[in-house]
Amino acid sequence: MASASMEGPLLDFFRAARSAGLRISPAESIDATRAAQVVGFADRDRLRDTLAIVMAKTVEEKREFGAIFDLFFKRGHFSAGAEPETEAPPGPQPPPGGEAGGGEGEGNGGGGGPLAEMLLAGDQAALAAAVERAGQEAGLSNIALFTQVNLFTRRILERMGLQALERAITAAPEAERTGRLRQGRDRLREQVKEFVEQNLALYARGETEAFRERMLTQTRLSAIDRRDHERMRLLVRAMARRLATQYGRNRKRDRRGVLDVRRTLRRNMGWDGIPFHTIWKQERIQKPKLVVLCDVSGSVAAIAQFLLLFLYSLNEALSDLHAFAFSGNLVDVSEILARNPIETAIPEVMARAGFGSSNYGMALADFEAAHMRLLDSHTTVIVLGDGRGNRTDPRTDILTRMADRSKQIVWLNPEYRTLWGTGDSDMLRYAPHCRVTAVCNTLQHLERVIGELLRDGG
Amino acid sequence: MSIAWHGLLSSIDATEAGLQGAGYIANRQISTALYLAHHLRKPILVEGPAGVGKTELAKAAASWLGLSLIRMQCYEGLDESKALYEWKYGKQLLYTQILKDRLGSVLGEEPGMEAAMRRLHGVSDLFFSEEFLEPRPLLRALREPGGAVLLIDEVDKADQEFEAFLLELLSDYQVSIPEIGTVKADIAPIVLLTSNSMRDLGDALKRRCLHLHIGLPDARLEARIIASRVPDAAEDLRRQLVAFVQQLRGLDLKKLPSVSETIDWARVLVLLHAAQLDHAMVRDTLNVLLKFESDIEAVQPQIADLLLKAKREAVPVR
Repeated sequence: MASASMEGPLLDFFRAARSAGLRISPAESIDATRAAQVVGFADRDRLRDTLAIVMAKTVEEKREFGAIFDLFFKRGHFSAGAEPETEAPPGPQPPPGGEAGGGEGEGNGGGGGPLAEMLLAGDQAALAAAVERAGQEAGLSNIALFTQVNLFTRRILERMGLQALERAITAAPEAERTGRLRQGRDRLREQVKEFVEQNLALYARGETEAFRERMLTQTRLSAIDRRDHERMRLLVRAMARRLATQYGRNRKRDRRGVLDVRRTLRRNMGWDGIPFHTIWKQERIQKPKLVVLCDVSGSVAAIAQFLLLFLYSLNEALSDLHAFAFSGNLVDVSEILARNPIETAIPEVMARAGFGSSNYGMALADFEAAHMRLLDSHTTVIVLGDGRGNRTDPRTDILTRMADRSKQIVWLNPEYRTLWGTGDSDMLRYAPHCRVTAVCNTLQHLERVIGELLRDGG
Repeated sequence: MSIAWHGLLSSIDATEAGLQGAGYIANRQISTALYLAHHLRKPILVEGPAGVGKTELAKAAASWLGLSLIRMQCYEGLDESKALYEWKYGKQLLYTQILKDRLGSVLGEEPGMEAAMRRLHGVSDLFFSEEFLEPRPLLRALREPGGAVLLIDEVDKADQEFEAFLLELLSDYQVSIPEIGTVKADIAPIVLLTSNSMRDLGDALKRRCLHLHIGLPDARLEARIIASRVPDAAEDLRRQLVAFVQQLRGLDLKKLPSVSETIDWARVLVLLHAAQLDHAMVRDTLNVLLKFESDIEAVQPQIADLLLKAKREAVPVR
């Protein structure tokens, strides 16, 4: 009996949880309903545990779930029911006062309808129930924008019989009773507004967040505001995690045409060794071994830090990673990045190598002098930079030698292709030695390039 | 259908008490998960760091409910012939060899090819029957009379294809064997899957499971676990060692000690007849708690401080 009346709130809760970013399939919401029925609604902690087990499927989701659960049920849904027998549950309480007709009928006697009765009696439980019901009628769970708060507040108050109340107040402005009514009305207005705002937080948060995140992945990284950096870092981490999950394991690929005799025989033992099912030899797709050269001069610095963050969040999908930063001289930053959390490591890298005017020739010469041994036939070299060396010698000869030693060179350039080769850009001179050259100035570009690298086994 | 062990899972509190009786100190979430697993007929996916008692939970549940524990360890390259069933090829061959003459005489009497074929059809089914089926863990768990606890250990280590293969089993407690048909469990086993989060599991798998995350326990719970698993440890020692380990978890270490390490350490200390923690003993036995040389080096200079704090904090842990 109790469970049937609780399904409405549960459905609303699923909606709230979805809009907060939890992915809850219809099947899971059915399970959650069943689970809640099995466990019962009496004990809120137990209900929380139960729903968390059924609905939230990762640690982050569990944290998110906890927050949304508390926010949702704090609104007093179960508060009357949770402490047994202190008060009757909100369900069968006095009439809602939502039906304006009923309210006005009584209004003549100076009463102001059931709303006035409730205010005078100070019956908070009944008021809460009435607000809840009026909110449902007004379609409050569809709220999406903060500009709608006043609109919904007004709708709810009207449904609760505000008009009759106002009429009662204006009819007898002097009476002592009216003063109390006025006070009650003002407080109620505040309460309803707060209630609407809570609902906004509950139902609309996910949507705005999702929208912002989508925008951020497509915005030029150099144009992103400092206050969004924290969010960007989370996004980068999530992307890296996704790629790492996909490519972090040893993957194999069939080499069609080369028979794996041993496994074929084993598989066909049941047919007396006659090979009905053929099994091909497989080759391992190797995890990429990366050497990254990042230009951290003023023009490219913003992208460099996200590239580094991305690569260092990928750790299990890479077999080896060395990072160098340069604007003039080349600095080996692998140590700093591997040892410190990325938030503190990036500024340190910038402090050591950043914000000069770039000199690609010098950086390449430094690399050849000290680190050429890192390159072998499995290594992919990623260069991130705009290729603008301020009219210094580009030293393409060194890049040629690097290309000969390594598996491939990938050059990521934050400038659009049309700008390559203009002014002091040496990009077109470097390009012939690179297997891939790509424009890379948003998070989306970054994800695509790295994803391709991982897929083919760099 | 009345099965004895179904009665045991009558409430969450009963579940918690039952697990405790089997030597497993469960927190509220754990007992709720087990209770729900039975009542909703759903498998539990247990995640958490290594050594917090994921596998232990399955063992405790099996011993409390009086069911047999069927364990399947996952690894890369695990396939259905090792997980589900295989035909006993050798036996099949042997039988055909032995029955060759008989077969010849049976078929020889038939006039014409077609009649012989028909005869043969009747016979061939014999060789792909239950007689020649070698059940592997998953099939065994389904066919166990009276139910079982099925532990699919470290499912994150298996390939993605294997995960997909598990789906039918997990949602309906049945598997399809092409030659025989569908095998369905009479009594749904309690299924636990464990994962160390080596990789994220697929959404399809997660959707079919209840999700339980077991983290590192707080001091109070850990003290209760030690009391239950290493009853010989003196009260003082127990509090101190728990407080010490709790502090270690606050440090920046490569691998934090988990419950299994605490239990091992408690056992070691009991063997050494320790009634109190002291500096030399901690230094000598640190390798039980910490599994990396660099971690041990990082902790060694701090032992005195940690010990002092552990002794001070040890008192309020009740």
